[in-house]
Amino acid sequence: MEHKALRDICLSIPDGQFIGIIGHTGSGKSTLMQHLNGLLKASEGAIYYNGEDIYEKGYDLKKLRSKVGLVFQYPEYQLFEVDVISDVMFGPRNQGLSDTDAKARAEEALRMVGLPEETWEKSPFELSGGQKRRAAIAGVLAMRPEVLILDEPTAGLDPEGRDDLFRQIRALHDEEGMTILLVSHSMDDVARYTDQVLVLDHGELKMTGTPEEIFRRYKELETMGLGAPQITYLVHELKDIGIRFESRPDTVDEMRDAILKLYKEAGGKLGKEVR
Amino acid sequence: MLRDITLGQYYPVDSVIHRLDPRVKLLATLIYLISLFVMNSFTGYLIAALVLAVLVKLSRVPFRFMTRGLKSIIIVLLISVSFNLFLTPGTELVRFGFLRITREGLRIALMMGVRLILLVLGSSLMTLTTTPNQLTDGLEKGLGILKRVGVPVHEIAMMMSIALRFIPILVEETDKIMKAQQARGADFESGNIIQRAKAMVPILVPLFISAFRRANDLAMAMEARCYRGGEGRTKMKPLHYERRDRIAYTVIELYLVICVILRMVPGVPV
Repeated sequence: MEHKALRDICLSIPDGQFIGIIGHTGSGKSTLMQHLNGLLKASEGAIYYNGEDIYEKGYDLKKLRSKVGLVFQYPEYQLFEVDVISDVMFGPRNQGLSDTDAKARAEEALRMVGLPEETWEKSPFELSGGQKRRAAIAGVLAMRPEVLILDEPTAGLDPEGRDDLFRQIRALHDEEGMTILLVSHSMDDVARYTDQVLVLDHGELKMTGTPEEIFRRYKELETMGLGAPQITYLVHELKDIGIRFESRPDTVDEMRDAILKLYKEAGGKLGKEVR
Repeated sequence: MLRDITLGQYYPVDSVIHRLDPRVKLLATLIYLISLFVMNSFTGYLIAALVLAVLVKLSRVPFRFMTRGLKSIIIVLLISVSFNLFLTPGTELVRFGFLRITREGLRIALMMGVRLILLVLGSSLMTLTTTPNQLTDGLEKGLGILKRVGVPVHEIAMMMSIALRFIPILVEETDKIMKAQQARGADFESGNIIQRAKAMVPILVPLFISAFRRANDLAMAMEARCYRGGEGRTKMKPLHYERRDRIAYTVIELYLVICVILRMVPGVPV
């Protein structure tokens, strides 16, 4: 009857990377996430953060949790305070900061997620779905984590809200140098935003590599109930009718560049002007 | 941590007891519990214990599962037994300092202990062999008479089954919220009682909100499927009595008769 949610997982996460984690429902993604900040304890094995074993006696797990920020799926369901700003201050306060410092941190975090100032004093329950989501993410960011783990951060958001949020997450990575782990079901988003991809299947780490390397093996991914970005499929279909690209585009932008390149090589003889 | 709580602890095996009509089991449990309070002799408790032992054997539920329920009452059991043991006046048997044990105290304490243990075992036998759904179905049908005097039996039964259904969902939800707040540095394990009570606010507020949201969604989903109370509603698995249920009723009657006789016969205080 014993069920192992995860087994033989061996991975290292270098500073400053943007890592995507994909896997079918029940593949152990969320379980893995919760191990990384010590919410769940592995029955065997060890986890090192900055070289320190987090299972060592006397290791400060509370501190680890503020360094490794974890945003759960549908994080807006954890909001509880009377107004947005106090809710975001919850994390910094737990870190032992004074009210003024906590408030400064909260404001900084709210700006990072792009929540307009007029919403800060409102009750979190008055906000729209997307705004609630941002407030909840700010609640984790306010602790100034070095690593940010996001479990399906855009689930249930409209396309515009999704793009916005991803852009901000990308900015956290590019500008603040945060290490980001993103769990997602959207192959397109993973291809578009991440530098490295981990593929989990039935609790095992099946593949690691750049999105390009991973999505090249889309046939294998399909056997795990996953797939590849739309563009990857398009590339393969074009290949079947004889159109080949030098690069292996996985995102719309890469595809555009590849097509333009082909077009230019062909001497632009296709008639219409392409901008 | 919260997942360890077992409520609605149905033990799924196939046995005569499991297949009995829930109404029979409800009535049997009720009579059994009453009989435990009415009895005043060890002979009576011996019979009650034997009956229970036979039923447990028939139900094919491992004894280990039966005794699980006892763990939760161990403190109550110890307190009530020791109070009766030391504080009952009567003929003195032994004495340790100011504590004295009397013949009467010993008798009452023993009876009390046996009674409590049988009470818990008896009622857990029912919950172990009856699914919560069967239980509410049985209640609804069994209490059908009360409908005539205006008691909304169907609604009460429906509320019960919904409540039971929601327990695991809310437990899971609590677990999730606790983890999310812990990820924000919340601490539920240290501090004095006031600090700990305060630490519950970040769990309780989201939990209540989600409970209301779920209740709202459920009500909507039920209405969308034309639910409008018990009137004219048919059942997928209607309850009806089989031969084994009639036999069970006879056994219950027999047990009742024995209890009454034991109680009536004078001079059996053993």
